[in-house]
Amino acid sequence: MDDHVDISLTINGKPRRGRCEPRKLLVDFIREDLGLTGTHAGCEHGICGACTILFDGQASRSCTTLAVQADGATLVTVEGLANGDKLHPLQQAFHEHHALQCGFCTPGMLITALDLLNTIPNPSETQIREGMSAVLCRCTGYEGIVNAVAAVAGKLENAD
Amino acid sequence: MKPPRFAYHAPEQLDQAVQLLERYAGNARLLSGGQSLVPMLNFRLLSPEALIDLRRVPGLADIRVENDTVCIGAMTRQRAAENSMLVSEHLPLMIEALGWVGHLPTRSRGTIGGSIAHADPSAELPMTLLALDGAVVASGSSGTRTIAADDLFSSFFSTTLSPTEVLSEIRIPRMAAKSGHAIEEYARRKGDFAIVGIAAVLEGSAGACSRARLVSAGVGGRPLRLRAAEDLLVSGGLSAGNIAKAAQVAQDSVDPTSDPNASADYRRQLTGVLAGRALKRAARMLENSHHG
Repeated sequence: MDDHVDISLTINGKPRRGRCEPRKLLVDFIREDLGLTGTHAGCEHGICGACTILFDGQASRSCTTLAVQADGATLVTVEGLANGDKLHPLQQAFHEHHALQCGFCTPGMLITALDLLNTIPNPSETQIREGMSAVLCRCTGYEGIVNAVAAVAGKLENAD
Repeated sequence: MKPPRFAYHAPEQLDQAVQLLERYAGNARLLSGGQSLVPMLNFRLLSPEALIDLRRVPGLADIRVENDTVCIGAMTRQRAAENSMLVSEHLPLMIEALGWVGHLPTRSRGTIGGSIAHADPSAELPMTLLALDGAVVASGSSGTRTIAADDLFSSFFSTTLSPTEVLSEIRIPRMAAKSGHAIEEYARRKGDFAIVGIAAVLEGSAGACSRARLVSAGVGGRPLRLRAAEDLLVSGGLSAGNIAKAAQVAQDSVDPTSDPNASADYRRQLTGVLAGRALKRAARMLENSHHG
């Protein structure tokens, strides 16, 4: 029985198509079918945030979303942030402020920060800490992450 | 950590969704935002024969005001409700509640109706629905019926919706302009489900309370109205002393169980502490609403 579903979506500005089982998680579809392995699958139940992507412009967990739910959607993953060789301002700030060590959570951190700054362009430190609490980091102790997001706050022009 | 196999359907009309529910006779689950359902599938806590995805059903994500009732389509994303002017204006308690629901990235996908139908006893939206005397519309093959919040929640993760009904709309009377409200909650980490949550809604004037709602989450199998405390507020008013008494009555009236997150005693004490804080804040807001 072929119960596979067809999926068409736009990811990082490019239209892509795929075909998968309906039970396939969006994070696995992005990694395995679309070959974009920057998005990481961590806890796979919506707690750690490593798999966070922009789904129709809003940060969303790709591990608690089925690929088929993204049919017709517009997605942005960490691969969509840099402009050629030029890092996105958030990526540059994460680099400068030592906001990562092992890097596992970083794709989710960057996308979450992007949505936060698109929603609240000039967040207070409290708002940054609350917003970034959606993603768990086991290396940095969060100081560098908060500093990196604060450094970019107010400087993004509708970036994504 | 991956979902088991299931048949997948994405009907384009509500009645088709109902027909599918009937066809699978209780062995299908409705997929709304998936923020609770997909983790449960990943953990294989559920193995439904089929998922019926409601994303193509039109009209399930509208928010409108009908007379004095705010009608919220079940598929309204939590984040969309949080940004809705109508919800802000008429149901400010729900805005406060939404700030406690998961994190922004889960609210992007999670829906109002999905959270209510999921009926997690620690969740904020079922507590809020009860605190605001709300109801849900259930759509089945013989039409629709309205179920009041108090009649909806039965026990842990279960409701009085039949397995062949779709929760299609949430209906909540708009809050009185002169009222006070507050939500207090404790969880170990921001965004986790509450160990205990409390919602308070007060109406009245000059220290007198004409109507009180005090509702808990996390201290039983469903959100609970703490009626003895509500009655004391209406009979005894909103002085600091009577609020403290009502908080104690709230604490004494609950009978929580112990689990790995918290002991029964801890939950009971939290109920009193959080009820006191919520009532104080709601009473102050009520007073201010009369001086605005």
